Parts: sequence; C-alpha cells; structure tokens
Amino acid sequence: MKIAAQVTPYLKQLLFRWKSDGTGPLRLGQRRIFIVPSRGGLLFALALAVMLLGAINYNLALGHALVFLLAGLGIVGMIHTFRNLFGLIVTPGRCEPVFAGETAFFPLSLDNDRTAPRLALELAADAALPVGAAIEGLGKTRVRVPLPAHRRGWLALPRVRLATRYPLGLFTAWSYLQPEMRCLVYPQPVAAPLPMAGTSHWGGELHGDGGQEDFAGFRDRQPADSPRHVAWKASARNAGEGPLLIKAFAGGAQSKLVFEWQHTAPELSDEIRLGMLTGWILAAEAAGSSYGLRLPHLSLPPGRGSRHCQQCLEALALFPS
Amino acid sequence: MSTRPDQALDRQATPWLFACAIATALPHVTHQAAWLSAATLLLLGWAVRLWWKNERLPGRWLLILLVVAGCGGILIEFRTLFGRDAGVAMLVVFMAMKLLELKSRRDAMVVVVLGYFLLLTHYLYSQSIPTGIWLLFALWLLTATLVRLHGGASGTAGASLRYAARLCLQAVPFMLVLYVLFPRISGPLWGLPSDAHAGMTGLSDTMSPGSISRLAQSADIAFRARFAGQPPARHKLYWRGPVLESFDGTTWRPHIGQGAAAVLDKLSAPVRYELTLEPHNQRWILALDAPVHLPDGLFLNTALAANQRQPVTERQRFRLAASLDYRFNVVEDARTLQRNLGIPGAANPKARALALGWRQTGGGPQEIIRKAQDLFAAEFTYTLQPPLLGPDGIDEFLFATRRGFCEHYAGAFVFLMRAAGIPARVVTGYQGGEFNPLDEHLVVRQSDAHAWAEVWLDGQGWLRVDPTASVSPARIETGIVDALAFGEPLPALVQLRADWLRNLRYRWEAVNNAWNQHILGYDPQRQRELLSRLGLPETDWRSLATLLGIACSLLVAAMTAWTLHQRPRIDPALRLWQKALRQLARRQVHCAPWETPMALAQRVREQHPALGEPFQNVVDAYLRVRYGDANDNLTPLREAVARLRR
Repeated sequence: MKIAAQVTPYLKQLLFRWKSDGTGPLRLGQRRIFIVPSRGGLLFALALAVMLLGAINYNLALGHALVFLLAGLGIVGMIHTFRNLFGLIVTPGRCEPVFAGETAFFPLSLDNDRTAPRLALELAADAALPVGAAIEGLGKTRVRVPLPAHRRGWLALPRVRLATRYPLGLFTAWSYLQPEMRCLVYPQPVAAPLPMAGTSHWGGELHGDGGQEDFAGFRDRQPADSPRHVAWKASARNAGEGPLLIKAFAGGAQSKLVFEWQHTAPELSDEIRLGMLTGWILAAEAAGSSYGLRLPHLSLPPGRGSRHCQQCLEALALFPS
Repeated sequence: MSTRPDQALDRQATPWLFACAIATALPHVTHQAAWLSAATLLLLGWAVRLWWKNERLPGRWLLILLVVAGCGGILIEFRTLFGRDAGVAMLVVFMAMKLLELKSRRDAMVVVVLGYFLLLTHYLYSQSIPTGIWLLFALWLLTATLVRLHGGASGTAGASLRYAARLCLQAVPFMLVLYVLFPRISGPLWGLPSDAHAGMTGLSDTMSPGSISRLAQSADIAFRARFAGQPPARHKLYWRGPVLESFDGTTWRPHIGQGAAAVLDKLSAPVRYELTLEPHNQRWILALDAPVHLPDGLFLNTALAANQRQPVTERQRFRLAASLDYRFNVVEDARTLQRNLGIPGAANPKARALALGWRQTGGGPQEIIRKAQDLFAAEFTYTLQPPLLGPDGIDEFLFATRRGFCEHYAGAFVFLMRAAGIPARVVTGYQGGEFNPLDEHLVVRQSDAHAWAEVWLDGQGWLRVDPTASVSPARIETGIVDALAFGEPLPALVQLRADWLRNLRYRWEAVNNAWNQHILGYDPQRQRELLSRLGLPETDWRSLATLLGIACSLLVAAMTAWTLHQRPRIDPALRLWQKALRQLARRQVHCAPWETPMALAQRVREQHPALGEPFQNVVDAYLRVRYGDANDNLTPLREAVARLRR
C-alpha cells in the first residue's frame, strides 16, 4: 500500500503530466499526446468486423478489399488525428481579473507552423465548458479557456484538456496542458449603502488630496490624468528619462472616502464584509470619487482611476482568511 | 435525451448525409422490389423537405411506427427478415429512416457507418469493374462526409473532398498488404440463406422445346477457357453438361441413379486447358469432351459428364485436360441401353412409322443415322423463334412446322433413333466459343448453349451425332450469329459485326477477365502460389498473421513518420537571415530574441569591426526584402549572406 501510494503520483506524473509546464511556449510532442478510439470508432470497428465476416462467408473478393481499405482508412485516420495535435505550440497569455461568481477566461495562443490547417480542436479546463478552436495553415489563434471562478483569491488554471477528433472522428486524441497561469478573482460585490463620508480621516498631511487650489508638489502621471495638468517644465528637467510629472494640489471641497474594515458589521462573515467593501469601491469608482481603503493588515491612501481601483480590489481579493 | 450544443449537427452538414444515403442505396434500385424503392425515396424526400423548411423532425413514436411498418412490409415481401435480400432491404430502409432522426453528430456517424456497410451489400449482386468504381466514389463521399462532420463548418466542401481523397489514397497501401497477406478462408463460415445464390443463369437439368433457345438469347458469359497450346478447331469444341436419358413426351430429364464409371479410350493426345466457370448453382462443370485427368474434387459420372459434389456458387477455376478423339463405354450395361431405347406411350405415330420404315429398309444403324441427317438437311430452318408445338410435338415438328432450335433437332433425332431401335440420348452443354485474341481466352456465352445427340453403336460405344450440324453447318463451324437469319432475337453484344466494335468488346472482356482472374479470383490457393513465388512456401495462417503484423507495423511506422515530419515551409528570406545568424554564431556573436536586426548590426560593428560592413549589407538587404519594395527579389540578400561567409 505504502509503495503504491508513493508510486501513484509518480506514475500519474509520468502518464498525465500533472507538473506545471511553466509560462513559456510549449510544443506538443508525441509523449504528451494520447489517443484512443472514440465511440464512433468503436461502432466503425464493429461494422468492419461484421463486414469481414460477411465478405468471408459470401466469398466476396471486393468485400475483402472494401473491408481492408476501410481498415487502412481507420489507421490513416488515427495518424491524422494524432497529427492534428502533434507539433502544436501553446503559449500562455495574461488573464484579466474577474469577480467571484463570474467565469474567468485564460487566454492561450495556439500556433500552427504547419501548412495544413488544424481544425476542430477542443480545449476544456472544466469538462462542462469546452471551447473550440481552428487554426489555419501557418496561422495563429487565441482561445480563451473558461473556468468558473467560485472563490476570491488566486485561481490557478488546472490541467487543460486539449482534444480533437478531426478528421474522421474515429479516434479521440488528447493532451493535457498545464501552463502556469493564474487569474485574480475579486470578491463578489455585495450591494450595500455607502458608509457616511468623512467618518474616517486620513493622516493630516495628505488631508484634502486631490483638490485644485494649493500647489502641493509633483507626482508621477497616471494614465487617467488629463494632459492639461502635466507640469511640462518640471518634466523637461528630467530630460525625458522619467515619467511625466503632474502638479498636485491640496485643498478643495471634494468628498473624501475611506472604506474601513470596521465599517462593515462584525457579525457578518469575512466574505460578505469583503463583498461589501468591494461593492463600495466599485460604486465610488463609478461615481468618480476619491477613495481609500483601510484593512486590518494594510492601508491604501485615497486615490482614483482604474489602477487605484485594481489595487484596492486586489487587496480585498488577497485578504488573508 | 438532450444534445450538447457542440455535439449538435450543423445544418449545412445534413445535405452531405443525404448525398451519402443516395450514393450508397441507389444502385439497389435495380434489383429491389419497386415498393421498397418508392418507400425509401419517399422517406428521403420527407427528410429533405423537413431540412429545407427547417422543421422539427418527427417524434420517437412516429419513428417506431415507421420501423414497424417497414419491417412488416419486408416480412410480407420476403417471408423472412433474415435472408440476403431481406437483410439488404432492411438496411436500406433503416438508412432512409435514420435520415429522419438526424439530431446529433452521433446520428450522422451512424448514417455514415451504415453507408459503409451498405457498400458491402452491393458486392452480393455484382463485383464487376463499374460496381467497383461507383463504390469507390461512394466511399470517397462517405469519408468526405466524416471529414466535414468533424471539421466543423470552417472547411469548404472542396477542402473536405480533397482531404478525404488524401486519406483514402493513404489507406491504399494498407489495403494491398492486407489483401495479399490476410489469411484467406474459403467460406462459407455458416449456412448461407436460401436466396444467397438466386438469379444465376445457365443450363438447367431438363430440356423441353424452348429451354435452350431462351438461354441462347443471353449474352452472359458461361465460362472461359485458356488452352495451353493452340485452341482446337471450333467444330470440336463440345462442352458437356447434363446428359438426358428419360423422355416423357415433352421434357427430357437425366437418369437418376448410380452406374458404373465410364470407360474411356483416349485416341489422341490430351489437350490441356484452364476453365474458369461462372457460378450457375449446379454441380456440373462443362468440361470439354472427353475429360481426362480430372483434378481432386471432380468426378466423372457414368455418362462422361464431370461433376463436383457442391454446386458452383462462385466463380471457380479448374485445370483440366481433354482427349478430343475418344471412344467410351464400348461395353455398355444392358439396362442403360434398354433405358436409352424408351419412348413413352403412343404419341408421335408418324415419327415412329418413319423410323420403323428406315429400320425395315435395312442397311444398319449407320445408314439410319445418315437418313435422319439427310432429312434434317433437306428442308428445315434453324431459328430462335420456332412455332409452339402441341402434344404430338415431334410429329408436328418433323412434318409440319420444320422450324426449330437445337433442342428440337436433338430431341427429334434421339426420338427417331430410339424408335428405329438404336440406343440414343440427348446431351446438353455448350458448343464453340469465341476466341479473344487479346488475352487468349476462349469465351463461351449462354448464347453458345447447345444440345446434341449421342447414339450407341455396337463395337464403337457412344458416338456424338449433332443433328444441328446437318441443318445449319454454320452453327458448328463459325457460331450462332452466322447460323441465324438476320432479325433473330440474339443479344446485341453477340451480334456485333463491325470490327472496331468487336475489338472494343474483346478489350473490355479481356480487362474483365483479368479482373476476375487476378483480383476477384484471389483465393487461398492463389495466395499460397503467390507467397511461394515470393519465397515463402508452406505458409500456414500463423506465419501469415506474423508476416501481416510485421508488414502492417512497418507501414504504420512509415506512414506516421511521413505524415508527422513534413517540415513547415519557412519563408526563404527568413531562412537566409537564419543562415547569416549562424555565421555570426560561429564568431561568438549570438542574436538575442529581442534584438532587432539594426541593433544587432550596431553590436556587431562594436564587437567585430571587420564584420561590421558585410553584416550591415545583410541587414539592409534583409530589411528591404521584409519591409521595402523588393519583395520577391532575394538575390541581393543571398549575395550579401554569401559574402559574409568569406
């Protein structure tokens, strides 16, 4: 028993490649491709056996020839089904974060360096959600492998089954891919009224950040900043080496929001509380307000823009449970 | 049962399946009951209409009802569901019904596999070259349908057909190896249904007026013969079939019962030949008179006819020899002689009186035979369309109508001989044949069917007398076409008189014969011969299976290697560029994946000043091919790369 327990993972690794394939491109070699007759293939084989018996029984010379030609066709079909996967290059892409309860999509780039097209490929990380792909000769295509994201945090791409029956459908060839890909899953937003503005205060020196009245220094330009706020002279001093600078102002009457862990009802579960924070952040971002986040283990100063929003959501997604 | 969306059959694939059904079932129309063909066509039309209007397919209960109705119809028509014809009819009907149930790809797969199966059933009826070609096309279509089904809508029809053709062609080597090496078993493995060999033409074992003239209107080939040397003269080619000794007034029948084996004196050297007999579902072999040295499995009966124990239900080959001049049964059993004198009742009094008159005139049997021959030679007509005869048929024929085919002459002659006290009997078979100069086979058709007489004379045994030769010497010397008047219902194929048409027919028949002999006639014996010629004598099925396994594995390995290792075609400019990079690598300059050609040229100039200029030329030429207007002109790049080497 003990030996079996030790050997099984090794065998599984040897046979089915549980090990990660890394982040680089991956070429399917013959050791990774498995092939078995499909149900249609079994039906075909059964028909051939009956036909052979008939041909022998009635002594049909052409019947023999037909059965043998079909048997050859089966073998050739097997080789071509194998070839449909053989030498395919799979390159993992970067996946966009999703909210829990949604479907995460893992983009894979499929490269065909052969002149013949590869049709009817099927990829599935979750057996219930297969996705098809077809690549032209010497072509390239991108598939997004769906996987339901149930829980927040990192969602690692499990083994992906890449299968095909093309051209004759008599055999199923498949290969397991395990590229190192993970998708960040944000908590599922929970709709809840915003907490009272200003119930919490950020540190005094940054108080009123984002106003437009008193010059408070320079900061690096974010993609969301208007070109009108770029400090061209100050940026020119860096001789184009660094990023453009933005004049930052203090003061102003804009509402300042800081969402805190304590704002959520402590009797709720952690996941619901994270969901409420997520909902607030999304609402604040949609409203164009400036907002910060304070969690027991980390704080994010108030800010705006998609990058800030992502940072906040990431912090919530990776909240240690 | 719900269908997963990715398993559903796409609408554009359905016409392929209709085409498959038509291609595989259509040839059965020629030999199927009309109502079955009509029902099948109706079902097909319905399926096409539903598809065209994009309507819902019929429900399960309706389909079950249809299946029951189809089976019931077949049961009424054939009285069974099993036999050969009933089985084929069932398959055809099921194929049409499956078209009404095309929901998923699996249903489509069933249609295609059923189509493959239907292809086999055509060979039960014909294995000719045109059938083979038609079925090859059907096979191609079925395979293209599979490709189309599994490749999705992204491939065009042309692409599917091309791919299927490639797959089929690649399957051919496997077929050849399997065909040659697969251990052949001579069937049948179990009892064949009673209708397995229905519809074969050939001589029957009885003769009545009209039976041979009906047969003579068919141009079907009865058998072929190839002589080891020069074929004998035409008038000596009498191929013996059933010998008929009992006469009931209208019909001649063979005598049932055992007798002593025929005693044969050969008077000339044996003529060796190979006979390829088309199936006629009877036991006789139609050997050339008189057969000597019979191979195993054949035996001579007491009337000198070669037989085998099982009916000839498939094309068979025999190596035979004949002694053209012979004497047999000089000493004949008294009961046999008595039997061959019998004439029933009191019918045909005029013929009896005539024969009796001859006998009383004296002169012996030879004289009587000559008188009968003279009678026929005088005013009789040889025709395929004789008038109908009544109960005193022989009298009517001899004294009134005087028109008849060989069975009339043979029958009347034997009757006269018996009435004159000479033991005589009717022999049926074939006479003559047509020599095909292309493949040196003598082709004997049903139109060469013939009947003649045999008389027993004291001291000479049984002698062949052909009364037809007296009526129409041309029938024996040159053949039936010249013996009959123009306008007789002979098959057109036999009547071809124009040389070029005749040549065309010779050619076609020679091709057919080669097909029959070498492709269809590849049986266990031929397999042994071929293998021993290849240096593998004494093969049993075990060594054959081993050989087959090795050959197939080699073939699979070769095919896999050939299929998988087709290197991608690299763009020629890129290939030249890679060549230049290899030159650099030899000088320890490695191009990083992110380095552009320009950046690389800069680095080369710094590291190897001597190489800077030539490499810059390569980069310039490469960039011009890649991004400039010199798209096709690779010469500057090629030259620049060549200079780099120096």
